[in-house]
Amino acid sequence: MATITGRGEQPLRSEHDIVLCRQTVRRLAQEAAFSLVDQTKFVTAASELARNALVYGRGGVLKWETLLDGIRRGIRLSFEDQGPGIPDVDQALTDGWSSGTGLGLGLTGARRLVNEFELQSTVGVGTRVTITRWK
Amino acid sequence: MGEFLLVTLQVDMHDQLALRLQDDLTNAIQAKGSKGVLIDISALEMVDSFMGRMISDVSGMARILDARTVLVGMQPAVAITLVELGMSLPGIDTALNVERGMQLLKRVLSDGDDHRPR
Repeated sequence: MATITGRGEQPLRSEHDIVLCRQTVRRLAQEAAFSLVDQTKFVTAASELARNALVYGRGGVLKWETLLDGIRRGIRLSFEDQGPGIPDVDQALTDGWSSGTGLGLGLTGARRLVNEFELQSTVGVGTRVTITRWK
Repeated sequence: MGEFLLVTLQVDMHDQLALRLQDDLTNAIQAKGSKGVLIDISALEMVDSFMGRMISDVSGMARILDARTVLVGMQPAVAITLVELGMSLPGIDTALNVERGMQLLKRVLSDGDDHRPR
């Protein structure tokens, strides 16, 4: 069972917040001593999900936790919005499927870049995507 | 830089800034009659699908305006991440640095051939 060693949150309300999100995740990944490739993967996944929360979820919040599981360090990010929700989660997790103007790589791509991926969505209530990466 | 345009992308661009680049670059190609464009992303620590698409779109726009685009300086960690993300930037010419990108452009433009891997 992993122990939470730190946590925080920040808003995802504007394009500038996407930049700030990337900077926070980069700092956390550096502090957790992730390799450069792992840092880049995690920051990129975060960027995709932050933009999703803004564009499709009409804004939301990033919540982060730093984890310790034995000697293993990890980071868990949760992207939450109160947007329209995703009617068909399986379809949304299909490569190349997109509801908007994107390439449909955001969700599926982010999932490939992390160790753990969880998507919860309720139509009319909102969406929460949680990703975790371990060192 | 003679007939070539050099665009250097800086760290952590806002989405709107990335979109404005398309406007600025296509206008510059037309105004200067440039035949080649070098996009230097060596300062970028990450490229997500939005930025990847922007780069891909810019290359396509330039092509229609009779200019070739070469993407130069991608960091290895960025390349690994982009491919895993599912974005391998098909049809985009790349070079390791600006000098090699210039050589590639000169070669392509003097041959008149399309060297892009299609």
